[in-house]
Amino acid sequence: MTTKLEALRSEPPSLAREGVAFEGVGRHYSSRRGDTAALEDLDLRIGNDEVVSVVGPSGCGKSTLLELAAGLQEPDSGAVRVAGSGAPAGRLERTAYMPQRDGLLPWRSALDNAALALECGGVGRAQARRRARPLFARLGLERFERALPGELSGGMRQRVAFARTLLAGREVLLLDEPFASLDSITRAGLQEWLAAILAEEPRTVLLVTHDVEEALYLGDRVVVLSARPGRVVAEIAVELRRPRPRRDVVTDPAFSALRQRALEALAW
Amino acid sequence: MVRRFGPSLALLLAALGAWQGVASLAAVDDLTLASPLEAAGALRADWTLLMENAWITLVETLLGLAIAVVGGALAAVAMHLVRPLRDAAYPLLVASQAIPLVVLAPLFVLAFDYGIGPKLAIVALICFFPITVNLLDGLRSVEPELIKLMRSLGASRLMTLRKVELPASLPSLFSGLRVAASVSVIGAVFGEWAGAEAGLGRLVLLGNNQLQTPRVYAGVVLLTVMALALFAAVSLAERAAVPWKRHGGAT
Repeated sequence: MTTKLEALRSEPPSLAREGVAFEGVGRHYSSRRGDTAALEDLDLRIGNDEVVSVVGPSGCGKSTLLELAAGLQEPDSGAVRVAGSGAPAGRLERTAYMPQRDGLLPWRSALDNAALALECGGVGRAQARRRARPLFARLGLERFERALPGELSGGMRQRVAFARTLLAGREVLLLDEPFASLDSITRAGLQEWLAAILAEEPRTVLLVTHDVEEALYLGDRVVVLSARPGRVVAEIAVELRRPRPRRDVVTDPAFSALRQRALEALAW
Repeated sequence: MVRRFGPSLALLLAALGAWQGVASLAAVDDLTLASPLEAAGALRADWTLLMENAWITLVETLLGLAIAVVGGALAAVAMHLVRPLRDAAYPLLVASQAIPLVVLAPLFVLAFDYGIGPKLAIVALICFFPITVNLLDGLRSVEPELIKLMRSLGASRLMTLRKVELPASLPSLFSGLRVAASVSVIGAVFGEWAGAEAGLGRLVLLGNNQLQTPRVYAGVVLLTVMALALFAAVSLAERAAVPWKRHGGAT
Protein backbone atom coordinates (compact mmCIF):
# COMPACT_ATOMS: atom_id res chain seq x y z
CA MET A 1 0.00 0.00 0.00
CA THR A 2 1.35 3.46 -0.80
CA THR A 3 1.45 5.91 2.06
CA LYS A 4 -1.10 8.68 1.92
CA LEU A 5 1.56 11.31 1.31
CA GLU A 6 2.91 9.54 -1.73
CA ALA A 7 -0.60 9.11 -2.97
CA LEU A 8 -1.11 12.85 -2.65
CA ARG A 9 2.10 13.81 -4.40
CA SER A 10 1.97 11.47 -7.32
CA GLU A 11 -0.97 10.55 -9.45
CA PRO A 12 -3.17 7.82 -8.04
CA PRO A 13 -2.25 4.40 -9.40
CA SER A 14 -4.32 3.51 -12.42
CA LEU A 15 -5.35 -0.12 -12.51
CA ALA A 16 -7.41 0.32 -15.64
CA ARG A 17 -8.17 3.10 -18.08
CA GLU A 18 -11.65 3.52 -16.81
CA GLY A 19 -12.19 5.05 -13.40
CA VAL A 20 -15.85 4.27 -12.84
CA ALA A 21 -18.32 2.49 -15.12
CA PHE A 22 -22.09 2.08 -14.79
CA GLU A 23 -23.50 -0.36 -17.33
CA GLY A 24 -27.25 -0.65 -17.71
CA VAL A 25 -27.70 -0.04 -13.99
CA GLY A 26 -31.15 -0.31 -12.45
CA ARG A 27 -32.01 0.17 -8.77
CA HIS A 28 -35.46 -0.16 -7.22
CA TYR A 29 -36.71 0.44 -3.72
CA SER A 30 -39.66 -1.45 -2.31
CA SER A 31 -41.86 0.22 0.24
CA ARG A 32 -45.42 -0.18 1.45
CA ARG A 33 -46.60 2.15 -1.30
CA GLY A 34 -45.06 -0.09 -3.90
CA ASP A 35 -41.95 -0.32 -6.01
CA THR A 36 -40.02 2.85 -6.84
CA ALA A 37 -37.38 2.85 -9.52
CA ALA A 38 -34.55 5.17 -8.51
CA LEU A 39 -32.34 4.44 -11.51
CA GLU A 40 -33.16 2.68 -14.76
CA ASP A 41 -30.85 1.45 -17.48
CA LEU A 42 -28.19 3.98 -16.62
CA ASP A 43 -24.92 4.09 -18.54
CA LEU A 44 -22.11 6.30 -17.39
CA ARG A 45 -18.34 6.14 -17.71
CA ILE A 46 -15.80 8.23 -15.89
CA GLY A 47 -12.23 8.13 -17.14
CA ASN A 48 -9.16 8.26 -14.96
CA ASP A 49 -8.55 11.70 -13.46
CA GLU A 50 -11.76 12.97 -14.95
CA VAL A 51 -14.15 15.09 -12.92
CA VAL A 52 -17.75 14.29 -13.77
CA SER A 53 -20.58 16.29 -12.25
CA VAL A 54 -24.03 14.80 -12.10
CA VAL A 55 -27.01 17.16 -11.93
CA GLY A 56 -30.65 16.29 -11.88
CA PRO A 57 -33.96 17.17 -10.26
CA SER A 58 -34.27 16.20 -6.61
CA GLY A 59 -35.15 12.57 -6.08
CA CYS A 60 -33.58 11.50 -9.38
CA GLY A 61 -31.37 8.92 -7.70
CA LYS A 62 -28.19 10.99 -7.50
CA SER A 63 -27.31 9.76 -4.02
CA THR A 64 -28.12 6.19 -5.05
CA LEU A 65 -25.64 6.60 -7.89
CA LEU A 66 -22.90 7.55 -5.43
CA GLU A 67 -23.69 4.78 -2.98
CA LEU A 68 -23.58 2.26 -5.82
CA ALA A 69 -20.14 3.48 -6.86
CA ALA A 70 -19.03 3.44 -3.20
CA GLY A 71 -19.99 -0.21 -2.76
CA LEU A 72 -22.55 0.73 -0.09
CA GLN A 73 -25.41 -0.53 -2.29
CA GLU A 74 -25.79 -3.15 -5.01
CA PRO A 75 -27.58 -2.63 -8.32
CA ASP A 76 -30.69 -4.73 -9.06
CA SER A 77 -29.62 -5.01 -12.68
CA GLY A 78 -26.54 -4.11 -14.67
CA ALA A 79 -23.04 -3.68 -13.30
CA VAL A 80 -20.99 -1.06 -11.51
CA ARG A 81 -17.21 -1.20 -11.70
CA VAL A 82 -14.56 0.94 -10.09
CA ALA A 83 -11.07 0.65 -11.57
CA GLY A 84 -12.13 -2.66 -13.03
CA SER A 85 -13.60 -4.16 -9.87
CA GLY A 86 -17.29 -5.01 -9.73
CA ALA A 87 -17.28 -6.65 -6.29
CA PRO A 88 -18.71 -4.54 -3.43
CA ALA A 89 -15.51 -4.97 -1.39
CA GLY A 90 -13.44 -3.86 -4.36
CA ARG A 91 -15.54 -0.73 -4.80
CA LEU A 92 -15.37 0.03 -1.06
CA GLU A 93 -11.58 -0.18 -1.17
CA ARG A 94 -11.15 2.04 -4.21
CA THR A 95 -13.47 4.90 -3.38
CA ALA A 96 -13.63 7.67 -0.79
CA TYR A 97 -17.17 8.78 -0.04
CA MET A 98 -17.96 12.25 1.27
CA PRO A 99 -21.49 12.33 2.67
CA GLN A 100 -23.85 15.24 2.13
CA ARG A 101 -23.49 16.52 5.68
CA ASP A 102 -19.89 16.79 6.79
CA GLY A 103 -20.13 13.75 9.10
CA LEU A 104 -17.56 15.22 11.48
CA LEU A 105 -17.49 13.67 14.95
CA PRO A 106 -18.16 16.49 17.45
CA TRP A 107 -15.82 15.05 20.09
CA ARG A 108 -12.80 14.90 17.77
CA SER A 109 -10.63 17.86 16.86
CA ALA A 110 -10.53 18.89 13.20
CA LEU A 111 -7.19 17.13 12.73
CA ASP A 112 -8.40 13.95 14.44
CA ASN A 113 -11.54 13.97 12.32
CA ALA A 114 -9.46 13.98 9.15
CA ALA A 115 -7.05 11.41 10.63
CA LEU A 116 -10.03 9.10 11.24
CA ALA A 117 -9.66 8.03 7.60
CA LEU A 118 -6.21 6.65 8.41
CA GLU A 119 -7.24 5.16 11.76
CA CYS A 120 -9.95 3.17 10.02
CA GLY A 121 -7.20 1.70 7.86
CA GLY A 122 -5.48 0.41 10.99
CA VAL A 123 -3.03 3.28 11.59
CA GLY A 124 -2.50 4.27 15.26
CA ARG A 125 -3.84 7.61 16.51
CA ALA A 126 -0.46 9.37 16.89
CA GLN A 127 0.84 8.12 13.55
CA ALA A 128 -2.43 9.08 11.82
CA ARG A 129 -2.20 12.60 13.24
CA ARG A 130 1.39 12.94 12.06
CA ARG A 131 0.47 11.88 8.56
CA ALA A 132 -2.60 14.13 8.40
CA ARG A 133 -0.72 17.28 9.39
CA PRO A 134 1.05 18.05 6.06
CA LEU A 135 -2.23 17.79 4.18
CA PHE A 136 -3.86 20.13 6.69
CA ALA A 137 -1.17 22.67 5.99
CA ARG A 138 -1.57 22.29 2.25
CA LEU A 139 -5.31 22.76 2.45
CA GLY A 140 -4.86 25.90 4.55
CA LEU A 141 -6.30 24.32 7.67
CA GLU A 142 -3.26 24.34 9.98
CA ARG A 143 -4.65 27.01 12.31
CA PHE A 144 -7.73 24.88 12.96
CA GLU A 145 -6.06 21.58 13.84
CA ARG A 146 -7.27 21.58 17.45
CA ALA A 147 -10.68 23.16 16.92
CA LEU A 148 -13.74 21.04 17.59
CA PRO A 149 -16.27 20.88 14.74
CA GLY A 150 -18.75 22.88 16.85
CA GLU A 151 -16.28 25.78 16.82
CA LEU A 152 -15.86 25.78 13.02
CA SER A 153 -17.92 27.56 10.36
CA GLY A 154 -19.82 25.51 7.81
CA GLY A 155 -17.21 26.17 5.13
CA MET A 156 -14.35 25.09 7.38
CA ARG A 157 -16.22 21.94 8.35
CA GLN A 158 -16.59 20.99 4.67
CA ARG A 159 -12.87 21.56 4.16
CA VAL A 160 -12.05 19.24 7.06
CA ALA A 161 -14.47 16.64 5.68
CA PHE A 162 -12.75 16.91 2.31
CA ALA A 163 -9.34 16.50 3.97
CA ARG A 164 -10.66 13.28 5.53
CA THR A 165 -11.86 12.13 2.09
CA LEU A 166 -8.43 12.79 0.55
CA LEU A 167 -6.60 11.08 3.43
CA ALA A 168 -8.48 7.86 2.77
CA GLY A 169 -6.01 7.65 -0.14
CA ARG A 170 -8.47 6.18 -2.63
CA GLU A 171 -8.39 6.43 -6.40
CA VAL A 172 -11.92 7.72 -6.81
CA LEU A 173 -13.59 10.53 -4.85
CA LEU A 174 -17.38 10.43 -4.50
CA LEU A 175 -18.77 13.77 -3.39
CA ASP A 176 -22.45 14.02 -2.45
CA GLU A 177 -23.55 17.67 -2.76
CA PRO A 178 -20.50 18.75 -0.78
CA PHE A 179 -21.40 22.44 -0.62
CA ALA A 180 -25.20 22.26 -0.56
CA SER A 181 -25.49 23.37 3.06
CA LEU A 182 -23.40 26.54 2.60
CA ASP A 183 -24.45 30.09 1.79
CA SER A 184 -23.71 31.16 -1.78
CA ILE A 185 -20.62 33.27 -0.97
CA THR A 186 -18.96 30.52 1.06
CA ARG A 187 -19.98 28.00 -1.58
CA ALA A 188 -18.27 30.01 -4.36
CA GLY A 189 -15.12 30.20 -2.24
CA LEU A 190 -15.07 26.47 -1.64
CA GLN A 191 -15.69 25.69 -5.31
CA GLU A 192 -12.58 27.68 -6.22
CA TRP A 193 -10.66 25.98 -3.41
CA LEU A 194 -11.64 22.52 -4.65
CA ALA A 195 -10.93 23.43 -8.29
CA ALA A 196 -7.42 24.56 -7.31
CA ILE A 197 -6.73 21.31 -5.42
CA LEU A 198 -7.97 19.19 -8.31
CA ALA A 199 -5.93 21.23 -10.81
CA GLU A 200 -2.83 20.54 -8.74
CA GLU A 201 -3.53 16.84 -8.18
CA PRO A 202 -5.95 15.41 -10.69
CA ARG A 203 -8.31 12.79 -9.29
CA THR A 204 -11.15 10.73 -10.58
CA VAL A 205 -14.17 12.49 -9.13
CA LEU A 206 -17.88 11.81 -9.27
CA LEU A 207 -19.58 14.93 -7.96
CA VAL A 208 -23.30 15.02 -7.37
CA THR A 209 -24.93 18.43 -7.13
CA HIS A 210 -28.20 20.24 -7.81
CA ASP A 211 -26.37 23.43 -8.72
CA VAL A 212 -25.79 23.68 -12.50
CA GLU A 213 -23.18 26.40 -12.16
CA GLU A 214 -21.21 24.31 -9.66
CA ALA A 215 -21.45 21.28 -11.94
CA LEU A 216 -20.08 23.22 -14.91
CA TYR A 217 -17.41 25.07 -12.97
CA LEU A 218 -15.93 21.95 -11.35
CA GLY A 219 -16.61 19.27 -13.96
CA ASP A 220 -14.74 18.19 -17.07
CA ARG A 221 -18.06 16.76 -18.11
CA VAL A 222 -21.59 17.32 -16.83
CA VAL A 223 -24.13 14.53 -16.88
CA VAL A 224 -27.79 15.50 -16.64
CA LEU A 225 -30.16 12.94 -15.15
CA SER A 226 -33.90 12.79 -15.77
CA ALA A 227 -36.49 12.77 -13.01
CA ARG A 228 -37.12 9.42 -11.32
CA PRO A 229 -36.25 6.88 -12.57
CA GLY A 230 -32.91 8.53 -13.25
CA ARG A 231 -31.48 8.15 -16.74
CA VAL A 232 -28.81 10.11 -18.58
CA VAL A 233 -30.57 12.71 -20.74
CA ALA A 234 -27.55 14.83 -21.68
CA GLU A 235 -23.78 14.83 -21.44
CA ILE A 236 -22.02 18.15 -21.76
CA ALA A 237 -18.27 18.36 -22.23
CA VAL A 238 -16.89 21.43 -20.50
CA GLU A 239 -13.98 22.66 -22.56
CA LEU A 240 -12.79 25.55 -20.49
CA ARG A 241 -9.11 25.92 -19.66
CA ARG A 242 -7.86 25.26 -16.12
CA PRO A 243 -7.30 26.66 -13.63
CA ARG A 244 -10.52 28.59 -13.91
CA PRO A 245 -10.82 31.72 -11.80
CA ARG A 246 -14.48 31.52 -10.90
CA ARG A 247 -15.28 35.18 -11.58
CA ASP A 248 -13.89 34.99 -15.12
CA VAL A 249 -15.56 31.70 -15.88
CA VAL A 250 -19.13 32.39 -14.80
CA THR A 251 -19.22 35.60 -16.86
CA ASP A 252 -17.73 33.92 -19.96
CA PRO A 253 -20.27 33.71 -22.84
CA ALA A 254 -19.14 30.10 -23.51
CA PHE A 255 -20.01 29.24 -19.91
CA SER A 256 -23.44 30.87 -20.26
CA ALA A 257 -24.08 28.82 -23.39
CA LEU A 258 -23.20 25.61 -21.56
CA ARG A 259 -25.42 26.60 -18.64
CA GLN A 260 -28.25 27.22 -21.09
CA ARG A 261 -27.78 23.72 -22.56
CA ALA A 262 -27.72 22.11 -19.15
CA LEU A 263 -30.84 23.96 -18.00
CA GLU A 264 -32.68 22.97 -21.16
CA ALA A 265 -31.70 19.34 -20.62
CA LEU A 266 -32.96 19.55 -17.06
CA ALA A 267 -36.27 21.02 -18.13
CA TRP A 268 -36.70 18.37 -20.76
CA MET B 1 -25.95 29.42 41.26
CA VAL B 2 -28.25 31.78 43.18
CA ARG B 3 -30.24 32.57 40.04
CA ARG B 4 -30.54 28.87 39.14
CA PHE B 5 -31.49 27.45 42.52
CA GLY B 6 -32.75 30.60 44.29
CA PRO B 7 -36.46 30.13 43.46
CA SER B 8 -36.34 26.43 44.46
CA LEU B 9 -34.68 27.36 47.74
CA ALA B 10 -37.32 30.00 48.45
CA LEU B 11 -40.10 27.49 47.77
CA LEU B 12 -38.42 24.91 50.02
CA LEU B 13 -38.10 27.44 52.84
CA ALA B 14 -41.77 28.39 52.47
CA ALA B 15 -42.75 24.71 52.65
CA LEU B 16 -40.56 24.21 55.72
CA GLY B 17 -42.17 27.25 57.33
CA ALA B 18 -45.66 25.92 56.64
CA TRP B 19 -44.67 22.51 57.94
CA GLN B 20 -43.27 24.08 61.12
CA GLY B 21 -46.48 26.07 61.51
CA VAL B 22 -48.78 23.05 61.13
CA ALA B 23 -46.60 20.88 63.40
CA SER B 24 -46.70 23.58 66.08
CA LEU B 25 -50.50 23.61 66.22
CA ALA B 26 -51.76 22.23 69.50
CA ALA B 27 -54.11 19.86 67.67
CA VAL B 28 -51.24 18.02 65.96
CA ASP B 29 -49.69 15.22 67.93
CA ASP B 30 -45.89 15.29 68.14
CA LEU B 31 -45.76 11.58 67.30
CA THR B 32 -47.79 12.03 64.12
CA LEU B 33 -45.81 14.92 62.70
CA ALA B 34 -42.42 16.02 63.85
CA SER B 35 -41.58 19.63 63.05
CA PRO B 36 -38.52 20.58 60.97
CA LEU B 37 -36.88 21.85 64.14
CA GLU B 38 -37.45 18.53 65.89
CA ALA B 39 -36.05 16.69 62.86
CA ALA B 40 -33.00 18.95 62.95
CA GLY B 41 -32.66 18.22 66.65
CA ALA B 42 -32.73 14.46 65.96
CA LEU B 43 -30.19 14.94 63.18
CA ARG B 44 -27.86 16.55 65.70
CA ALA B 45 -28.54 14.21 68.62
CA ASP B 46 -28.34 10.96 66.59
CA TRP B 47 -25.59 12.13 64.22
CA THR B 48 -23.17 9.24 64.86
CA LEU B 49 -25.88 6.60 64.66
CA LEU B 50 -27.33 8.13 61.47
CA MET B 51 -23.93 8.42 59.82
CA GLU B 52 -22.97 4.82 60.57
CA ASN B 53 -26.16 3.61 58.96
CA ALA B 54 -25.99 6.11 56.08
CA TRP B 55 -22.55 4.78 55.20
CA ILE B 56 -23.93 1.23 54.90
CA THR B 57 -26.81 2.38 52.68
CA LEU B 58 -24.43 4.43 50.53
CA VAL B 59 -22.17 1.42 49.96
CA GLU B 60 -25.18 -0.73 48.99
CA THR B 61 -26.38 1.98 46.60
CA LEU B 62 -23.02 2.57 44.93
CA LEU B 63 -22.21 -1.13 44.51
CA GLY B 64 -25.69 -1.86 43.15
CA LEU B 65 -25.41 1.07 40.77
CA ALA B 66 -21.98 -0.12 39.60
CA ILE B 67 -23.37 -3.60 38.88
CA ALA B 68 -26.24 -2.02 36.93
CA VAL B 69 -23.88 0.18 34.89
CA VAL B 70 -21.61 -2.71 33.91
CA GLY B 71 -24.49 -5.13 33.29
CA GLY B 72 -26.67 -2.52 31.53
CA ALA B 73 -23.87 -1.36 29.25
CA LEU B 74 -22.95 -4.92 28.29
CA ALA B 75 -26.61 -5.79 27.67
CA ALA B 76 -27.20 -2.67 25.55
CA VAL B 77 -24.10 -3.25 23.40
CA ALA B 78 -24.94 -6.94 22.94
CA MET B 79 -28.52 -6.09 21.96
CA HIS B 80 -27.26 -3.43 19.57
CA LEU B 81 -24.78 -5.74 17.84
CA VAL B 82 -27.04 -8.80 17.69
CA ARG B 83 -30.36 -7.83 16.14
CA PRO B 84 -32.24 -11.07 17.00
CA LEU B 85 -31.17 -10.67 20.62
CA ARG B 86 -32.60 -7.14 20.68
CA ASP B 87 -35.88 -8.26 19.12
CA ALA B 88 -36.16 -11.05 21.68
CA ALA B 89 -35.01 -9.19 24.78
CA TYR B 90 -36.44 -5.68 24.35
CA PRO B 91 -40.13 -6.54 24.96
CA LEU B 92 -39.15 -8.68 27.94
CA LEU B 93 -37.07 -5.82 29.32
CA VAL B 94 -40.04 -3.45 29.07
CA ALA B 95 -42.40 -6.05 30.57
CA SER B 96 -40.01 -6.57 33.49
CA GLN B 97 -40.78 -3.00 34.55
CA ALA B 98 -44.32 -4.09 35.42
CA ILE B 99 -43.00 -6.35 38.18
CA PRO B 100 -43.31 -4.50 41.50
CA LEU B 101 -39.78 -4.72 42.82
CA VAL B 102 -40.97 -3.95 46.35
CA VAL B 103 -42.60 -7.39 46.60
CA LEU B 104 -39.51 -9.03 45.13
CA ALA B 105 -37.35 -7.74 47.94
CA PRO B 106 -38.50 -10.34 50.55
CA LEU B 107 -37.97 -13.09 47.97
CA PHE B 108 -34.40 -11.91 47.43
CA VAL B 109 -33.86 -11.99 51.19
CA LEU B 110 -35.05 -15.61 51.14
CA ALA B 111 -32.71 -16.38 48.27
CA PHE B 112 -29.60 -14.40 49.29
CA ASP B 113 -30.00 -14.28 53.08
CA TYR B 114 -29.73 -11.13 55.21
CA GLY B 115 -26.39 -9.89 53.91
CA ILE B 116 -25.67 -7.17 51.35
CA GLY B 117 -26.72 -9.50 48.47
CA PRO B 118 -30.45 -8.78 48.28
CA LYS B 119 -29.88 -5.01 48.58
CA LEU B 120 -27.43 -5.05 45.66
CA ALA B 121 -29.85 -7.15 43.63
CA ILE B 122 -32.73 -4.71 44.18
CA VAL B 123 -30.65 -1.59 43.48
CA ALA B 124 -29.12 -3.16 40.39
CA LEU B 125 -32.51 -4.32 39.08
CA ILE B 126 -34.09 -0.88 39.51
CA CYS B 127 -31.12 0.87 37.84
CA PHE B 128 -30.59 -1.66 35.06
CA PHE B 129 -33.62 -0.63 32.99
CA PRO B 130 -33.00 3.12 32.55
CA ILE B 131 -29.31 2.52 31.82
CA THR B 132 -29.87 -0.26 29.27
CA VAL B 133 -32.77 1.38 27.46
CA ASN B 134 -31.17 4.82 27.24
CA LEU B 135 -27.84 3.49 26.04
CA LEU B 136 -29.54 1.24 23.49
CA ASP B 137 -31.59 4.17 22.17
CA GLY B 138 -28.42 6.23 21.96
CA LEU B 139 -26.61 3.52 20.00
CA ARG B 140 -29.53 3.16 17.64
CA SER B 141 -29.96 6.87 16.96
CA VAL B 142 -26.51 7.41 15.45
CA GLU B 143 -26.99 8.93 11.98
CA PRO B 144 -27.01 6.26 9.24
CA GLU B 145 -24.78 8.57 7.17
CA LEU B 146 -22.03 8.22 9.78
CA ILE B 147 -22.27 4.44 9.67
CA LYS B 148 -22.01 4.54 5.87
CA LEU B 149 -19.01 6.84 6.14
CA MET B 150 -17.26 4.43 8.51
CA ARG B 151 -17.99 1.49 6.21
CA SER B 152 -16.60 3.42 3.27
CA LEU B 153 -13.45 4.27 5.25
CA GLY B 154 -12.94 0.55 5.80
CA ALA B 155 -13.76 0.44 9.53
CA SER B 156 -14.77 -2.88 11.07
CA ARG B 157 -18.06 -3.24 12.96
CA LEU B 158 -16.26 -3.04 16.32
CA MET B 159 -14.23 -0.02 15.24
CA THR B 160 -17.43 1.78 14.29
CA LEU B 161 -18.85 0.89 17.70
CA ARG B 162 -15.76 2.14 19.53
CA LYS B 163 -15.00 5.26 17.52
CA VAL B 164 -18.50 6.47 16.61
CA GLU B 165 -21.45 4.74 18.23
CA LEU B 166 -20.25 4.58 21.84
CA PRO B 167 -18.96 8.16 22.05
CA ALA B 168 -22.09 9.41 20.27
CA SER B 169 -24.35 7.67 22.79
CA LEU B 170 -22.57 8.95 25.91
CA PRO B 171 -25.19 11.71 26.40
CA SER B 172 -27.95 9.07 26.31
CA LEU B 173 -26.04 6.88 28.74
CA PHE B 174 -25.81 9.81 31.14
CA SER B 175 -29.56 10.52 30.90
CA GLY B 176 -30.08 6.90 31.93
CA LEU B 177 -27.52 7.24 34.71
CA ARG B 178 -29.24 10.34 36.09
CA VAL B 179 -32.55 8.46 36.37
CA ALA B 180 -30.75 5.44 37.83
CA ALA B 181 -28.91 7.56 40.40
CA SER B 182 -32.11 9.13 41.66
CA VAL B 183 -33.96 5.80 42.09
CA SER B 184 -30.99 3.79 43.35
CA VAL B 185 -31.39 5.01 46.96
CA ILE B 186 -35.06 3.93 46.94
CA GLY B 187 -33.88 0.47 45.87
CA ALA B 188 -31.47 0.24 48.80
CA VAL B 189 -34.24 1.26 51.23
CA PHE B 190 -36.62 -1.39 49.83
CA GLY B 191 -33.87 -3.96 50.23
CA GLU B 192 -33.30 -2.99 53.83
CA TRP B 193 -37.02 -3.01 54.66
CA ALA B 194 -37.26 -6.61 53.56
CA GLY B 195 -34.67 -7.60 56.12
CA ALA B 196 -31.45 -6.04 57.25
CA GLU B 197 -29.27 -5.57 60.30
CA ALA B 198 -28.21 -2.02 59.54
CA GLY B 199 -28.70 0.88 57.13
CA LEU B 200 -30.70 4.09 56.97
CA GLY B 201 -33.75 2.30 55.56
CA ARG B 202 -33.81 -0.09 58.48
CA LEU B 203 -33.25 2.77 60.94
CA VAL B 204 -36.22 4.67 59.47
CA LEU B 205 -38.45 1.57 59.64
CA LEU B 206 -37.36 0.85 63.21
CA GLY B 207 -37.82 4.49 64.20
CA ASN B 208 -41.35 4.40 62.82
CA ASN B 209 -42.21 1.28 64.84
CA GLN B 210 -40.70 2.80 67.96
CA LEU B 211 -42.54 6.10 67.46
CA GLN B 212 -39.27 8.04 67.17
CA THR B 213 -40.81 10.31 64.58
CA PRO B 214 -38.06 13.01 64.56
CA ARG B 215 -35.43 10.37 63.86
CA VAL B 216 -37.52 9.02 60.97
CA TYR B 217 -37.61 12.50 59.46
CA ALA B 218 -33.89 12.95 59.98
CA GLY B 219 -33.31 9.65 58.14
CA VAL B 220 -35.55 10.74 55.26
CA VAL B 221 -33.64 14.01 54.96
CA LEU B 222 -30.34 12.13 54.78
CA LEU B 223 -31.69 9.71 52.13
CA THR B 224 -32.84 12.67 50.04
CA VAL B 225 -29.46 14.37 50.37
CA MET B 226 -27.81 11.11 49.30
CA ALA B 227 -29.94 10.81 46.14
CA LEU B 228 -29.34 14.48 45.27
CA ALA B 229 -25.59 14.05 45.75
CA LEU B 230 -25.55 11.04 43.45
CA PHE B 231 -27.52 12.97 40.83
CA ALA B 232 -25.08 15.88 41.08
CA ALA B 233 -22.10 13.52 40.80
CA VAL B 234 -23.51 12.03 37.59
CA SER B 235 -24.10 15.51 36.16
CA LEU B 236 -20.52 16.52 36.96
CA ALA B 237 -19.18 13.32 35.39
CA GLU B 238 -21.24 14.08 32.28
CA ARG B 239 -19.75 17.56 31.95
CA ALA B 240 -16.29 16.00 32.09
CA ALA B 241 -17.07 13.12 29.72
CA VAL B 242 -19.14 14.98 27.12
CA PRO B 243 -17.39 18.35 26.77
CA TRP B 244 -18.42 18.79 23.11
CA LYS B 245 -22.09 19.11 24.12
CA ARG B 246 -21.31 22.61 25.41
CA HIS B 247 -20.48 23.61 21.86
CA GLY B 248 -23.83 22.39 20.63
CA GLY B 249 -22.34 20.06 18.02
CA ALA B 250 -24.53 17.46 16.36
CA THR B 251 -24.12 13.84 17.33
